[in-house]
Amino acid sequence: MLKINNLQVSVEGRKILNGLDLEVPSGEVHAIMGPNGSGKSTLAQVLAGRDGYEVTDGSVDWDGVDLLDMPAEERARSGVFLAFQYPVEIPGVSNAYFLRSAVNAVRRHRGEKELDAMDFLKRIKSEMKTVGMAEEFLYRSVNEGFSGGEKKRNEVLQMSLLEPRLAILDETDSGLDIDALRIVADGVNRLRAPDRSMIVITHYQRLLDYIVPDRVHVLSRGRIVRSGDRSLALELEERGYGWIEEERRKAPRVEAQK
Amino acid sequence: MSAVETWIQHSHAQAERLPGAKLPWLLATRNRALERFAELGWPTNKLENWRHTSLAMLEQQEFVLSGVDNKDFAADAVAKLRQGEDGGHWLVFVDGHFAPTLSEIGTLPSGAVIGTLAGTLAQHPERIEALYGAPEEGESPAALNAALATDGAYIELARGVAIEEPIHLVFVGGVSEATQMLRNFIVAGDAAQATVVEHYIGRDGATTLTNTVTRVRAGKDANITHVKLQQEAPQAFHLAAIDAVQARGAHFASHSLSFGARLARNDIGTRLEGEGCDALLNGLFHVDGKRHVDHHTRLDHAFPRGTSREFYRGILDGNARGVFTGRILVAPGAVKTDAEQRSDNLLLSRLAEADARPELEIYNDDVKCAHGATVGQIDEDSLFYLRSRGLDEAHARNLLIYAFAAEVLGRIGMASLRRRAEAAVRARIPGGDLLEATA
Repeated sequence: MLKINNLQVSVEGRKILNGLDLEVPSGEVHAIMGPNGSGKSTLAQVLAGRDGYEVTDGSVDWDGVDLLDMPAEERARSGVFLAFQYPVEIPGVSNAYFLRSAVNAVRRHRGEKELDAMDFLKRIKSEMKTVGMAEEFLYRSVNEGFSGGEKKRNEVLQMSLLEPRLAILDETDSGLDIDALRIVADGVNRLRAPDRSMIVITHYQRLLDYIVPDRVHVLSRGRIVRSGDRSLALELEERGYGWIEEERRKAPRVEAQK
Repeated sequence: MSAVETWIQHSHAQAERLPGAKLPWLLATRNRALERFAELGWPTNKLENWRHTSLAMLEQQEFVLSGVDNKDFAADAVAKLRQGEDGGHWLVFVDGHFAPTLSEIGTLPSGAVIGTLAGTLAQHPERIEALYGAPEEGESPAALNAALATDGAYIELARGVAIEEPIHLVFVGGVSEATQMLRNFIVAGDAAQATVVEHYIGRDGATTLTNTVTRVRAGKDANITHVKLQQEAPQAFHLAAIDAVQARGAHFASHSLSFGARLARNDIGTRLEGEGCDALLNGLFHVDGKRHVDHHTRLDHAFPRGTSREFYRGILDGNARGVFTGRILVAPGAVKTDAEQRSDNLLLSRLAEADARPELEIYNDDVKCAHGATVGQIDEDSLFYLRSRGLDEAHARNLLIYAFAAEVLGRIGMASLRRRAEAAVRARIPGGDLLEATA
């Protein structure tokens, strides 16, 4: 269970998250929607442990541990996974080496035996088939020269290899055509499990046709302003984000209460 | 007495013992070269070609020419280098002198010669006469080298002869104050092919001076690859000049990997002296502490349709300083020249410094010529991406450093040499054993 309580985050002195509250129980998939600049990506980066974000207040409790207290690599080894909105290209490092290092970092942490090159290849090849990636992508540099869709498939591939307990997908649907979207969604759906929570961040309702969320939250100006079931996403699709802004303006401001 | 005068004394004392001492043409060359060095001295920052690298400190430093017995160290060093590899061609020089017991030349096709400067001067001095080089060529250290070179490799390939296995030249430096002055020759007939690797190894803690010149003459359509792996001691001074001339359609590749020495200066130049040549000048340096490494390159496009590619990368830590100067000359008649130059530097500390300077002189309009330089730090996005997948920060950082270097090494075509170079880089990076087979 992930419990985010009153999370307040600044970047370079500018407040981006403004007292965000969110609970994602194990086994559930929650969608976070919101207009550009509402703080969706900041939330993803803060949960994954990126430096440069100043948490000024609030807490993130994950199955009893203080997530914010752990460096990024420790979160990853403990089962946090962020599928990047813009996966980073790393020239000179083969995808195979990268993926094996990641898998073994997690395995070491769990006290499992590290995979040697042969075992790893066996495992990765079957996973690649499922996400529709050709084997050549193993021997290319990480994400270098990959198309938008290929990069996102590579993210889903990493997610299925690393078997996280908390997966955060940051606008994984952006820039994808419908076929790629389906493959990504299939990857996510396959990974649904009782001990796994997922946060799917998206700007559009479209992805939620394929990944049906248990809950939908609307993020606006750094706060969850509305939560509901799937029908909320459809409502947003129809009416846009403007009406929520409108309601919010009428509601009392949290900052004012403090 | 100034250091320059000391060198003149050395020279007089050595004159009788230098190879080919009785050859009048060589004597004349040596005398003129010595005069030139006496006049110019060690280069300082006042000279345009030495703006960022001064050898003034060599004025204060005493060096001797005759080495102390260094054979045991050399034998160990060569064994380490060969990594149990049997066969191949290995020519070893210790303190500037050929060491036959440490050397081994495999079977060669007819028309191929792998020998030494001293040996060739003794038996076929006429082969060297036209190749030796004029006293006026190069910078002043090259003149001192022309006056005092004690030995070096002599490789000659007749027309169409190809040597498949790399020819390794190993130069083992001596104890403190020892000097090695080496002059190597690689002469390839038309369509001949060879790969020559120069290894420079020093004794840890020894303040030595290496002054080396390699002259490459590539015939029409010849294909010569030159790899230089400089791993001298951190206190050593290393001065090197590589001077190539390519006839029509010849391919020349230089890979300069500079990891050692307190001060290393490489003057690497090639003249595309015929139509349709191509040249690759590829380089990597990785230094820390207060060390200084300088690559000064020259691409001389004299004829049409020449292609040149130049890629240098530097990794600088501590207070280290890296200098790159890339001179590209395109003659009025060298139309359809296609030249590209890049210099990229990765600074691992705030105090490290990199200077990159392109010098383009283009005398016709029908050319493609691109150049670019970057100086940067480790990319934070890449670092976070790796950490977010469970790699600890040190591993991620070292991986990115290695990847930056590995791109340069990827241009070494021969797989066995590329792996050797990759291993040499990994050995320099903390936790490098984790980085195997990244690419």
